[in-house]
Amino acid sequence: MSMKIVEVKNLTVKYNGVEALSGVSLEVDPADYVGVVGPNGSGKTTLIKALLGLVPYEGQVYFLEKGFSCFTKEKHVGYLPQKMSFLDQRFPATALEIVVSGVYCCKKFPKRLSRDDYTAAEEAMEILGITNLKDRPIGRLSGGQQQRVLLARALVHRPEILILDEPTVALDPQSREAFYATLQKLNKERKVTVFFVSHDVVSIGKYASKILYLDRQIIFYGTFEEFCKSPKMTDYFGAGQHIICHRH
Amino acid sequence: MINIFQQIQEALQYAFIQRAIIAGCFMGLGCSFLGVFLVLRRFSLIGDGLAHVSFATVAIALLLRAQPMVVSIPLVGLASLVILKLNEKARVYGDAAIGLVSSFGIALGVIIASTAGGFNVDLFSYLFGNILSVSGLEVWMTAVISLLVVLVIVLFYHDLFAITFDEEYAQVSGIKVKRVNKILILLTSLIVVSGIKIVGTMLVSSLIILPAISALQIVKSFRATIVLAGVFAVISVIIGIFASYILNLPSGATIVMVNFLFFIVSFFYRRAKG
Repeated sequence: MSMKIVEVKNLTVKYNGVEALSGVSLEVDPADYVGVVGPNGSGKTTLIKALLGLVPYEGQVYFLEKGFSCFTKEKHVGYLPQKMSFLDQRFPATALEIVVSGVYCCKKFPKRLSRDDYTAAEEAMEILGITNLKDRPIGRLSGGQQQRVLLARALVHRPEILILDEPTVALDPQSREAFYATLQKLNKERKVTVFFVSHDVVSIGKYASKILYLDRQIIFYGTFEEFCKSPKMTDYFGAGQHIICHRH
Repeated sequence: MINIFQQIQEALQYAFIQRAIIAGCFMGLGCSFLGVFLVLRRFSLIGDGLAHVSFATVAIALLLRAQPMVVSIPLVGLASLVILKLNEKARVYGDAAIGLVSSFGIALGVIIASTAGGFNVDLFSYLFGNILSVSGLEVWMTAVISLLVVLVIVLFYHDLFAITFDEEYAQVSGIKVKRVNKILILLTSLIVVSGIKIVGTMLVSSLIILPAISALQIVKSFRATIVLAGVFAVISVIIGIFASYILNLPSGATIVMVNFLFFIVSFFYRRAKG
């Protein structure tokens, strides 16, 4: 049996005593592309925050079969937040400065960057086709370019898993498709596990190998094929299930 | 023009001018370096708030006949942590937390001054400071505090950069965000206390804000912003002291006005550049 990249056991998250997530258990295999969907307030972002240790929770979360206490998860995890929620368009930093900050997780105090770190950052930018942007201020890039810079930051330390929280929300359809294609390439060619939260169910259906449907608890978690055959998901999506499953 | 150079040469012969330049440059450097992080994190008015608290702590020191700096450093440091806690735990917005502590500080200072009496003149001299009267000991203290600020910023540069750009991602990267925030705010309280004698409680926050926002108008990289803010601050202190000597103006206010001129020039430079 292969090692699980992520293992979640009976995860419960409460905000002011109210359960945002209840008894969530799931396993993610290496090179999986998990699409996390669900209605507003279903706990998708809460699940990600719990995985990243950003909110207190009950239950266990393991990365590569090790818990947080004895394992520095940050070296193995790349994270891409919702861009628009924080990006200050006037922030004085070049794209390269932002990308190279992705290696901080692997550095001990006092953190110092080496030539290798900059080379890694330039490689990550090359993979995403944004090498030409490296000296441009982050605030002067388009939404799609900024998102690629942040994805390069998440990739620079070569994580085994990428966790993405609705990263395409602010992108136009063209940039969105390009972004999905990049993710797919990383997943297929570099075997990076992808854990992707999105409202864009059609795109999730198009690229994900597994679907997780969340509504404060797991309603469905299985392969794309299982999703398409699931009567429970037909109840949730109705005719939409057919549209999602039409990719093949 | 020759006359100006002669006057500068003449000014440099005075020990109090030399002390003022050394203390002012160190102060400017510490304030401006911290200012870049504080401005970008929408916490720039913390300097103003803590300066108001230092008004109360100076009043307490004068009441107790103690050294104002000795009393102010721990108390203003404590106030800075209160602001941080209010912001984190009490769900009070950063600016409101600053306003709350700031108004408390001013009110306490005024009450102590009015009830104790006798030292009102001393206390009110701290409102606008007097860089030309700094003692040798105060120069040393300012230099040590500023060098400490610079050293900590150098050591924590990458952590501070990460937190300033994206606090959540910094946390995910394993950076101890709360600890670094605490360090940043305690350094701010130290530099504010060392600055009240130089530009006074009313103007100390301008040395934190103005060089940073001037530099932000011009450069595109983070490191360059910090360096340029430091350059602006040091040059403004030097020009400000000489200008105040030549034109017979109050030094602290002149330094702030030079800083303001730098901002105006930077602003129009950016607009011209497009």
